[in-house]
Amino acid sequence: MLLIDCPYCGKRPEIEFSYGGEAHVARPADPQALSDDAWAAYLYLRSNPKGRHAERWRHTHGCARFFNAVRDTVSDFFVTTYKVGETPPAEAWPRAAE
Amino acid sequence: MSALRTPTGGRIDRSRKLRFSFDGRSFDGFAGDTLASALLANGVHLVGRSFKYHRPRGILSAGSDEPNALVAVARDAARVTPNLRATQVELYSELRAESQNRFPSLGFDIGVINDVVSPLLPAGFYYKTFKWPAWAWQRLYEPAIRAAAGLGRAPTLPDPDRYISRFAHCDVLVIGAGPAGLAAALVAADAGARVILCDEQAECGGSLLAETAATIDGWPAGDWVATTLATLAANPRVRVLPRTTAFGYFAHNMVGLNERVTDHLAAPPADLPRERLWQVRAAEVVIATGALERPLVFPNNDRPGVMLADAGRTYLLRYGVVPGRRVVIATAHDAAYRAALDLHAAGIAVPLIADLRQTATGDWPEAARAAGIRVRTGAIIATTGGRRRVAWAGVAQPDGGTIEPVPCDALLMSGGWTPSVHLFSQSRGKLRFDAEAQAFLPNLSVERERSAGACRGVFGLTAALADGAAAGEAAAKAAGHGGARAPRMAVTAKAFGGGGLLGPAAGTAAKHAFVDFQNDVTAKDIGLATREGFRSIEHVKRYTTTGMATDQGKTSNMHALGIVAAALDVPLPQVGLTTFRMPYTPVTFGSFAALSRGDLFEPLRRTPLHAQAVAAGAVFEDVGAWKRARYFPRAGEDMHAAVARECVAVRSRAGLFDGSTLGKIEIVGADAAEFLNRMYVNAWSKLGVGRCRYGILCREDGFVADDGVIGRIAADRFHVTTTTGGAARVLALMEDYLQTEWPDLDVWLTSVTEQWAVIALQGPQARDILAPFVAGIDLARAAMPHMSVVEGQVCGIPARLFRVSFTGELGFEINVPADHGPAVWQALMATGAVTPYGTEAMHLLRAEKGYIIVGQETDGTATPDDAGVGWAVARSKRDFVGKRSLARASMAAPARKQLVGLLTEDPNLVLEEGAQLVDDPTQAPPMRLLGHVTSSYYSASLGHSIALAMLSGGRARHGARLFVPMPGGAIAVQVTAPVFYDPEGARLDA
Repeated sequence: MLLIDCPYCGKRPEIEFSYGGEAHVARPADPQALSDDAWAAYLYLRSNPKGRHAERWRHTHGCARFFNAVRDTVSDFFVTTYKVGETPPAEAWPRAAE
Repeated sequence: MSALRTPTGGRIDRSRKLRFSFDGRSFDGFAGDTLASALLANGVHLVGRSFKYHRPRGILSAGSDEPNALVAVARDAARVTPNLRATQVELYSELRAESQNRFPSLGFDIGVINDVVSPLLPAGFYYKTFKWPAWAWQRLYEPAIRAAAGLGRAPTLPDPDRYISRFAHCDVLVIGAGPAGLAAALVAADAGARVILCDEQAECGGSLLAETAATIDGWPAGDWVATTLATLAANPRVRVLPRTTAFGYFAHNMVGLNERVTDHLAAPPADLPRERLWQVRAAEVVIATGALERPLVFPNNDRPGVMLADAGRTYLLRYGVVPGRRVVIATAHDAAYRAALDLHAAGIAVPLIADLRQTATGDWPEAARAAGIRVRTGAIIATTGGRRRVAWAGVAQPDGGTIEPVPCDALLMSGGWTPSVHLFSQSRGKLRFDAEAQAFLPNLSVERERSAGACRGVFGLTAALADGAAAGEAAAKAAGHGGARAPRMAVTAKAFGGGGLLGPAAGTAAKHAFVDFQNDVTAKDIGLATREGFRSIEHVKRYTTTGMATDQGKTSNMHALGIVAAALDVPLPQVGLTTFRMPYTPVTFGSFAALSRGDLFEPLRRTPLHAQAVAAGAVFEDVGAWKRARYFPRAGEDMHAAVARECVAVRSRAGLFDGSTLGKIEIVGADAAEFLNRMYVNAWSKLGVGRCRYGILCREDGFVADDGVIGRIAADRFHVTTTTGGAARVLALMEDYLQTEWPDLDVWLTSVTEQWAVIALQGPQARDILAPFVAGIDLARAAMPHMSVVEGQVCGIPARLFRVSFTGELGFEINVPADHGPAVWQALMATGAVTPYGTEAMHLLRAEKGYIIVGQETDGTATPDDAGVGWAVARSKRDFVGKRSLARASMAAPARKQLVGLLTEDPNLVLEEGAQLVDDPTQAPPMRLLGHVTSSYYSASLGHSIALAMLSGGRARHGARLFVPMPGGAIAVQVTAPVFYDPEGARLDA
């Protein structure tokens, strides 16, 4: 069972957490201004990479707060975790620099 | 004293004789025996029948790798454990064991016919043979095959034993208490680390328990083990767990241990669990799991009396049991020479060591020759003979020629040693093939672990102890306990290296040359699989079932690889390796379930009014984890009668309903109304304090996710209700948006589901009944209209009183702090004017009004408009969750399924929920389906049945005649508006 490092609480077993999908997919400020295709892309299209993946987690059975993480989908291991609004270290997630 | 016991020696307690039975026959053994050693001491070699061919089988090994000697051990009718390895079953007084997979008896098994016709049963036999007719597989072939093949039978009674689960943390977990593991634990503990040491055997010590020649620091090996264990036991930071199998290696050094606490006891104390499941989180892990000896692959290598060489030696030295009086040795490795010498020293005749290698030199062969044992090199075993036990070994040259029959009553074999890399591999570490060791060895680690001793190819006592000590030192240091120095242990022992043979020796026939004993897979089967085109070892494994038995191929996998590599003429690593999966050895379901069974299987939620419902005679139903009162039958009433009476009571007088399971979320903050504006489809800014509104929550894809009444308690405070099942989901969705999309909003969300007891008082007399109990609340129609909320007192208790209705009648929902719920309920019941009603009546009453239930009328693909509540959508709002999706053209398509009512032409006929709607029941299937029935009841109030349905273009079809095709014929229905009762809503506003 993975240990997940909640940025607020520290390392806890994974059963305390729930997965929240890909991170850094911001809800458009004005959804009505989007085309159907652009809106569908926001709703459904995700990067699904092999390798490092920035994703949202929630410490549901702990502080109940959402946070972000970079996890390697090949090894299943977490590279780093960070608070909402923070940018991950570039070495943890190169895409952050883009 | 049995003639098959040595006069002295071994670790058995010869002063404690134990009586036991096997297949109903009584035998004697000693404390310290396993079932296997005790049977061997009584001359019993035949202990089972093989899985497929029902061939007689004996004891092959002395440990958890045993493929043949599977037995069922019974304490009583419920406590029957099948498929136990006799080599691991510790003897206790009056132990009862039975052999398996034989009929009518072990000695005479009718299934042996399968062996006679075995040429007709090659690999893939079932796939090739039982192909048609299709119906026969389930009714004929499978039952017959399952009866003929198979292992033990599970008991049919519930397991009466208790199982416990524990969590543990440590600095260093050492798996395996052989020489390497003991040395690692000793050093790590000495460094100050918290250590857990586990071993699957009853006694810690591993190979040292059968070591009579070597000394460590001047101690005989057995004494060194005792001293070491005493040192560890005296250290409060160390926990030693014997009889404990590390069965699985999980992420981040979580290791699952299965401790068998009482299985070895004649009379298990009532206060002890049968097993403990340990979930150990270790900073560092030392894997010291040793190595397993391989059999040799030759024809009839499965005859009882044919045994692994080191197992024979273990029986002799650890258990004081003579495996035979005249023992032939067959080997491809030096290890068997040690067994030969130990047998020879014990006075047992060893007529021949048949060494498959062309030359045999070095310390061990020379010592054997010096002892006068005949060594024949370049020899293969061409076959064996004997009924139910080996009587002779046929020794031959690889190139054929005459077979020399050597009489014997046991044959010990060694194909070399396979390092136990199971746990390392489970940890996702990468293996490499070592040609010299002829073995896969740990290479690249993923977890914080290290292997030590034979499991990483470090053979020999001296090297294993040093390797273990070094691993213990390194692990302790990595866990933050530096400073220890691995002691230099003075060891006297002769070593031997790796090597050995993978697959059969050249010139050996493949027929009846068993590779996987438990699944009856021969070298011939594997050869056939490669000829039929299977190349990947994973495919060969599944086609032939080699390595798929309960022993997971511990003794067979490397041979299978060797045979495939030879057949395909490729280097062995190129064949690949099958995946190692947990569990290492079978683990009981009881251990995994632990206390989570019966009442503790899952948490149960009872409302604050549960006891009152019980007192009122409620029949309960499960709604999620909740127990909800379904109906309140009076004497002689069935559910139908009770529900009809409850409904009539609500419609004519008043009913009382426990609504406490409704999800409740308190939303507080300066931006509370703005937050609701963004979440719900409705408009909230203008909702006055003290007023309520029916809210619809969509997902971002525009489909209805939840609904519920929301009351404004203050400008910055809302009381939100959700569906019973949706409470947690809705709160999670709200938290998601609040925390990640709109963290700037000043809003706090609090689940208050369990803080409020909710009593719904519904019916035309509700106001009159409630009036005497309220204080500070004006119940008059003008002061408290439909869809309003006030704070005041009910029965002297602070309350939030909602005027809302899910029945269509004048109604109130009284919210009081949960602990006070029973008092209010009892006070209202004491008036004698109210009838308690349950969820069944509630469902019917709301259906009469056409009120939807999210999840019943909707299925995750219904928009608010589809569900008939499009009026709630505030289209003028700039944005809300789901608004953009609702603007897609397809979301307004006229053919979408819409909520309608249905009336059957026969008023007494109640449709089936889920039934389909068609316009022409005579059309040929597949019919064009227009929609489906979502709710259906018989309404006692209306005197006819009613139904709600989702119907394509439904609102334009009011008045249409449709049909519900059923097995008994089509049922004609008329499409109506979904409101059957008081469509004007006059009763609501009363």
